[in-house]
Amino acid sequence: MSDVSQPVAHPPVTDWVNDFDHTDPQWTDDPFPIWDELRAASPVVHTERFLGCYMPTTYEAVREIANDTEHFSSRRIIVRDVRPEVARNAAPPITSDPPVHKPAKQLLLPPFTPDAMKKLEPRMRAICNELIDGFIADGKVDAAARYSKYIPVQAIAHMLGIPESDSDLFINWIHMILELGIKDENMLLQAVHEMSDYFRTHIEERKTKPTDDLISYLMNAKDKEGNPLEDSHVLGSLRLLLIAGIDTTWSAIGSSLWHLARTPADRERLIAEPGLIPVAVEELLRAYSPVTMAREVVKETTISGCPVKAGNMVLLSFPAANRDPKMFPEADKVVIDRRENRHAAFGLGIHRCVGSNLARMEMQVALEEWLKRIPDFRLDPAGTVTWSQGTVRGPRQLPFLLGKAM
Amino acid sequence: MAERLKVHVDPDKCQGHARCKALAPELFELDEYGNAREAGDGTVPPGLEDKAWLAKSNCPEIAIDVIEE
Ligand code: HEM
Repeated sequence: MSDVSQPVAHPPVTDWVNDFDHTDPQWTDDPFPIWDELRAASPVVHTERFLGCYMPTTYEAVREIANDTEHFSSRRIIVRDVRPEVARNAAPPITSDPPVHKPAKQLLLPPFTPDAMKKLEPRMRAICNELIDGFIADGKVDAAARYSKYIPVQAIAHMLGIPESDSDLFINWIHMILELGIKDENMLLQAVHEMSDYFRTHIEERKTKPTDDLISYLMNAKDKEGNPLEDSHVLGSLRLLLIAGIDTTWSAIGSSLWHLARTPADRERLIAEPGLIPVAVEELLRAYSPVTMAREVVKETTISGCPVKAGNMVLLSFPAANRDPKMFPEADKVVIDRRENRHAAFGLGIHRCVGSNLARMEMQVALEEWLKRIPDFRLDPAGTVTWSQGTVRGPRQLPFLLGKAM
Repeated sequence: MAERLKVHVDPDKCQGHARCKALAPELFELDEYGNAREAGDGTVPPGLEDKAWLAKSNCPEIAIDVIEE
C-alpha cells in the first residue's frame, strides 16, 4: 500500500466561491445558503483544496457531468486530501467507467427491483416496530442513534445473509471509511481490511454450505464470458453494498424525521393522508438529499460554458442540484405534495443508485410505522442535533420528545 | 373527439429509476434489471391521461415521451 498520509488540517473557509470546502463545519451545519452563493457566482466553481476540485452548482451542470463518462471518470469517487493509487476491482460498479461498468452493474440489479423489495417489506415493518418497542415508553429518544441508524443496516444484513446483530460492526466501518477516512488514510485502510476479512469468512463458509442470500447469489453469478466472478470482485461488491446502503438511508430517514419533528402541519397531513407518504418521501429526498459523489476529470472540456481541466476532482453535488430554483420552483421549501419532481438524489445517468428501490421502501415503511405509533414528537430543546461530515449528510444525533407538548 | 395518448420509454435513456412504474403502474413494465418499457404498444387507456403526464414529468432521465395522436 502506498501514499499513506497523516490527517491534514483545514483552515476555516472565508471565501466560499474560490476556496470551498465541503468538510468545513459551516457546510456541515447548514450547506444550503453556501450552495445558493456558489450557484449565484457560477455554474461551476473551483477550490485549490483537495489537490484541486470543481463543483457544479446547477442541476444542468450536474446532469452534464453525470452523463459525460468520457471526460469524467468514476475511478475516484470521494474527494479527499490524498489521491492514493487506484486499485483494480476497487468497488465495481460505482468505481467503474464504460465499458466495464454495465456488466458489473447488471449483476447487482436483479435482487433490487421493486418486486424484490416488496418481499422484504414485512421484515422491514417488523424491524421498525421492534426498534420503536425499545424506546416508546421512555417519552424521549435519540431517533438517529436508536431508530434511523438500525433500519438500513438490518435490511442489508438480512439481504446479504449475515447476522443482523453485527450491525454495530458495520456502522463503525462505515464511519471510518466515509467520515474519518477523508482526512485519515490509515482509518480507511484499516476499515477496508477488516471488512474484507469479515466477508472472506462468509464467502468461505458458503463454498461448502451454499445459502439462499445475496452473498451466495454473487458467488454464483457469471460474468459475460460465463465465468464465475473473481473473489476480489465479489468482495468488492459486498463491501460496496454495505458502504453504499447504510449511512445513506440512515441519513435519509433521519432527515425526514427531523423535518417532520419541526413541521407539525406536514406531519398532520401525512397522518390524515398516508397515501401521500410516497410523494412526501420524494420531496424529502430532494430537499435533504444525503449523497454527494465525485468524479475525476480525465480530459479537458467545458461544462455550462466553464473550462474544466484534467487532474482535478469534481464534487458532484446531487444535493445542490436538487436545490436549484431553475429546476424546482420554491426549491428552498419542502412542498410535501410536490407533483413534478425530477430530483437527482439517487444520481443521474449510468450510475443510478442500485439500491434506490430498497431505500425508498425503507423510508416509506420507516415513516409509516413511526407516524402510526408516534404521531406527536418534537426536537428536545435540552439536546443538540448534529450532522455527519463529508460525502453523506444526515443527522447523527436527533433528540426527540415523544407525545403531545404539555 | 378526445385525443388519444401513447407513452414511449427511450431504452437508451432509461436508467431504471422506476418512477414511472410507481406513478403509473398500468402504463409501464419493468424488466429483470428494473429498467422500464411501455406496457403493450403504449396506448393510454381513457382516464389514465393524467398518469401518463405525471410519469413523464417525474422521470429524472427525461426518457419518457407522451405522444398525442
Ligand atoms: C436514501 C438512500 C440512498 C441514496 C440517497 C443513494 C444515493 C446514491 C447515488 C447518488 C448514487 C450515484 C453514484 C454516482 O453517480 O457515482 C448511488 C449509487 C449506488 N448506490 Fe445508492 N443511495 C442510497 C441507498 C443505497 C442502498 C440502500 C444501496 C444498496 C444496498 C445502494 C447501493 C448503491 C450502489 C451499488 C451504487 C452504484 C451504482 C453504479 O455505480 O452504477 N444505495 N447511490
